[in-house]
Amino acid sequence: MTEERSAVVVRDVRKSYGELKAVDGVSFTVAEGEFFGILGPNGAGKTTTLEIIEGLREPDGGEVRLLGESPWPRNVKLLPRIGVQLQASSFFDKLTAKEQLQTFGSLYGVNSTRADEMLELVGLTDKANEQENKLSGGQRQRLSIACALMHDPDIVFLDEPTAALDPQARRNLWDVLRAIQKRGKTIVYTTHYLDEAEILCDRVAIMDNGRILALDPPAVLVRGLDAPTHVTLQKGVLSVVDATALEGVEEAHEDEVSLTISTRRPAPVLSALAERGALDGLQVRTATLEDVFLNLTGREYRA
Amino acid sequence: MTAFKTLSLAMFKGFIRDKVTLFFTFLFPLMFLIIFGLILRDVGADKTKIAVVGDGPVVSALRDSGVLELEPYNDADAAVRKVKDGDLPAALIVRGQQLDVRFAQSDQVKSATVLGIINGFVDKANLAATGQPPRFTFAAEKVEDASLKPIQYLTPGILSWGIAVSAVFGSALTLVSWRRKQVLRRIRLAPVSATSVLSSRLLVSAGVALVQGGVFVGVASLPVFGLKLSGQWWLAIPLLMLGTIAFFALGMLVGAFAKTEEAASAAANIVVLPMAFLSGTFFPVDQAPAWLQTVSKIFPLRHMNDGMLDVLVRGKGIEALAVPAAILTGFALVVGFLASRVFKWEE
Ligand SMILES: Nc1ncnc2c1ncn2[C@@H]1O[C@H](COP(=O)(O)OP(=O)(O)OP(=O)(O)O)[C@@H](O)[C@H]1O
Ligand SMILES: [Mg+2]
Repeated sequence: MTEERSAVVVRDVRKSYGELKAVDGVSFTVAEGEFFGILGPNGAGKTTTLEIIEGLREPDGGEVRLLGESPWPRNVKLLPRIGVQLQASSFFDKLTAKEQLQTFGSLYGVNSTRADEMLELVGLTDKANEQENKLSGGQRQRLSIACALMHDPDIVFLDEPTAALDPQARRNLWDVLRAIQKRGKTIVYTTHYLDEAEILCDRVAIMDNGRILALDPPAVLVRGLDAPTHVTLQKGVLSVVDATALEGVEEAHEDEVSLTISTRRPAPVLSALAERGALDGLQVRTATLEDVFLNLTGREYRA
Repeated sequence: MTAFKTLSLAMFKGFIRDKVTLFFTFLFPLMFLIIFGLILRDVGADKTKIAVVGDGPVVSALRDSGVLELEPYNDADAAVRKVKDGDLPAALIVRGQQLDVRFAQSDQVKSATVLGIINGFVDKANLAATGQPPRFTFAAEKVEDASLKPIQYLTPGILSWGIAVSAVFGSALTLVSWRRKQVLRRIRLAPVSATSVLSSRLLVSAGVALVQGGVFVGVASLPVFGLKLSGQWWLAIPLLMLGTIAFFALGMLVGAFAKTEEAASAAANIVVLPMAFLSGTFFPVDQAPAWLQTVSKIFPLRHMNDGMLDVLVRGKGIEALAVPAAILTGFALVVGFLASRVFKWEE
């Protein structure tokens, strides 16, 4: 990943609000065409970081390069190349979904016929003539994303695009985002959903208290964790003592409904269980980004 | 150019879909026009009415002259009771050659007027009875004076006020709502200037001002109100545009300081209402005390008002626009400059 091919370069960026260090020395690079995720709990500094890159806020220190240029102060040359969905959706008063798209498009000199395409893309065709304040939270969110894509930008910044979406809409949006990436666009997005980031992102940065705690492809983060796999069975299928005696089992415990076995070598454990015919209610849960977060911060992840 | 067109269209749609704004832009000032127009319609036109019992040459001469309005009664008691009750200032009771006047003591001015008029007619009748030609002759004729019928000063006043209100509120509320809803930040991320976005909103305000002018003048011209426009009334249009720009700038200044829509509309009211009262929206300022006339000169609305009055109803020409236009332009430049200095993209 050479610097010239980088869509975003962030070096030691800092931003304080009074005593509070909202962003405290963040550095990373996003390659062109990459799907980059920033993860973290409320107040981690995700939005602040994103808005510094977009050129909406001035950093106190550090350097930002967006497509090779500095986004601050307001760089009109960059603006047509970036698409932004702000965390709080922003719309013109009293306009319908379609009119919002046309109006935002017109700010970029985009032909208003593209509005229909965009509505289709985010599944709002049937809401085209509905006023924005009559849309549901999730529909508004999707409209806001469509507005960010109206002018076909090279880099898309999405601040929690999947917040407030139902599972179906979330999955549809994943398809939309993947399709955008396939067309060679770069996506930088923030989310609270670790499972989602694991599925979508090429790389994720885990943020907390204004710092990046880890930055890697999700699979690498999870593997690097060396966390045990949890095998869960229906209670009564096997006793705790028998389970602990199996080869490769590190620990086993039981609650009212199930028996949970922790292991780092799930293959022999599963075949031993199969041999005994003790597979009732079997569930295998490998480590996820959630475990990575727990490991990094010592705190349970609260989305 | 297309961005400007689409934005203007978007803002126009936003405007006409907002019922509350429509009300305060058109119906609210119109209500004032109608109410004041109706209340003040007959001011100066009403004649004194007296009770009359009996008839004769003096009474018919009085009736023909139309100086007093005569209400006939059959018996003297009923007529006198009307005076006692304070309903009428005087009762004229005619018994053959004898004319008695019973008048109320409370309103001495009115009574004196009535007595004087009746006395005059009695003297005339006496003179006519002698058959002598009068030695002195006297003729009276009505003159149209410069003081205006109420609707003539109400219409320009309420029009200027209505335009000021909708321009100030339009720009202040738009600005605050865009800032709060982050539309401004979003616009900042697009390759357009804030100026082009704001000027598209200004275009909507200007269009609205023209419609306001048409509607208010149209209603005031209805026969019930009877507004009469003077020759070069169309000179009001450039004045209307300048006023819109000046008050739009004022709204931008208010909107820069206000954090919420509520605060913005409160602040706009505090600015506009006193200005409206002191600038002659509801009554002609030239009847106000001298010090107040001086004070009112600091308000741009006062000058807009004067200009409107001059071209709409006083029949003055383009020279009457010089002072108002200069003041409104200056005001727009100074306030607009201040507003651009204190302009904030976000909270
Ligand atoms: N304009 C501001 N003024 C003062 N403090 C701010 C401002 N913006 C952000 N902060 C503070 O900076 C910290 C980081 O905020 P930021 O919005 O970046 O968090 P986030 O990771 O996006 O959180 P969330 O998941 O809730 O969106 C928070 O503690 C917040 O209170
Ligand atoms: Mg945020």
